[in-house]
Amino acid sequence: MRVTIDGVPSQATPGQTVAGALLAAGRTSWRTTRVKSRPRGVFCGIGVCFDCLVTVNGVADVRACQRLLVDGDDIRTEGP
Amino acid sequence: MKVVVIGGGPAGLAAARAAAGAGADTVLVDSEPTLGGQFHRGDPQRVDPRVRHLANSTVWAVEGMRLHVRTGPADSPSRTGETLNADAVVLATGAHDRVVPFPGWDLPGVYTAGAAQALAKGQKIAIGHRVVVSGTGPFLLPVAESLKAVGAEVLRICDANTGLGWLGRPRAASPAKLAELLGYAVRLGAAWRPRTAVVAAHGEDRVNAVTVAKLNPDWTIRSQERVAVDAVCVGHGFTPRLELAVAAGCVLTDGFVQVDHTGATSVPGWYAAGEVTGIGGADLAAAEGEVAGAAAARGACPTKALAKVRSGRRFAAALADAHPIRPGWHTWLTDNTLICRCEEVTYKDLRAAVDLEASGTRTFKLTSRIGLGLCQGRTCARAAVDIATALSGDRRTFFTPADLQRRPIATPLRLAELASLPEEDL
Repeated sequence: MRVTIDGVPSQATPGQTVAGALLAAGRTSWRTTRVKSRPRGVFCGIGVCFDCLVTVNGVADVRACQRLLVDGDDIRTEGP
Repeated sequence: MKVVVIGGGPAGLAAARAAAGAGADTVLVDSEPTLGGQFHRGDPQRVDPRVRHLANSTVWAVEGMRLHVRTGPADSPSRTGETLNADAVVLATGAHDRVVPFPGWDLPGVYTAGAAQALAKGQKIAIGHRVVVSGTGPFLLPVAESLKAVGAEVLRICDANTGLGWLGRPRAASPAKLAELLGYAVRLGAAWRPRTAVVAAHGEDRVNAVTVAKLNPDWTIRSQERVAVDAVCVGHGFTPRLELAVAAGCVLTDGFVQVDHTGATSVPGWYAAGEVTGIGGADLAAAEGEVAGAAAARGACPTKALAKVRSGRRFAAALADAHPIRPGWHTWLTDNTLICRCEEVTYKDLRAAVDLEASGTRTFKLTSRIGLGLCQGRTCARAAVDIATALSGDRRTFFTPADLQRRPIATPLRLAELASLPEEDL
């Protein structure tokens, strides 16, 4: 499967989550907090904490740890 | 007779199988794409072919015996809706990690034990190369093993308790459980450090070191050292997922759904099994699920499973007694330590709210903003209550367990999804 992460084409495998792909690409954080602009990535990994939010195909606030990648997905994050 | 089982972990799978076996028209609703729950991660389980399995599906509201379900990719506006009318419901919603806050726990590179496990088993990803595992309870051991299996070096496994108290209790552990623990001791013993904890994580934009402390029995710090790491994994037991139980009106006892020996809750037609009724692990959950599924379908009581439930609960009680959360963790906190990660409420902010004489769930949340963020208090509420209760002494009671989990919309929903519901579904 081919997906795009922050504009960069990337290979993905069936069963891979968005968080799995970001971590595999060496990213540990991809969002900043609203109040203190602190970096966040995965914390709970099971859909509870909402730290890992990303934008998928233009839809914001998707939990990266819960969303499975599908072919052609366009993933956008807030930051490095 | 229609039985709806909510949750596809060990308890839900066993409940669905038992209900279908007893002749009930059975639906299994699970939020994951594959069955098995958090425990069987990456090792998909199959359900009885007579069961209708709704994958990627979440029950977001309950009204009596009517369950509102959304099905589709996580957090997608394209999910579809369905309403299930049940004659009986089995709640098997499980639990998520409980984490005690410490300075730096919000840094990237700090993960829950559940996250480390899910990423290792489900995604074949190690959270780091040099990892310290910290918390309390037996779950830390399989997590450390999963980390090693994907190539991480596990420097320490810090349990804030000694974890050995239950060994002296007669009939607490089965020979199989003892063999399992002995196996872990052989394979992981070199890294095992009882009565120690990660009490701080350091780094600018991600963790690069932790402070590991030797603890007193009350978890206050005796001595500490700095250890270079690139990831930390923490878990202090589990918090049951009670939203639907609370929404259905089930009576709770000590923070868990109260059930009788058949798994029946206080609400007619509602049964519960697994970690929502008490933390006991996969084997106990499966036995409880089998009993509750049969009872929900008005089938014969599976006596072998019932005996397993009894012995399993003895073991679970002994384990819980051996892994308490001791109040000394409050001394690890600094003014700036986050308690609520979503709203970025610090320990100092929380003290200010207590000083304002906030009392009761509502005023306390409104003055401190604790639990008002995206996760709705799922991550921080128990820690916040512990702190507030300790700070206010005997003056007030802040929350009850039910207050913490009262969420009429039980899982996140997009406004467009709500707006698209047919009126008869509202």
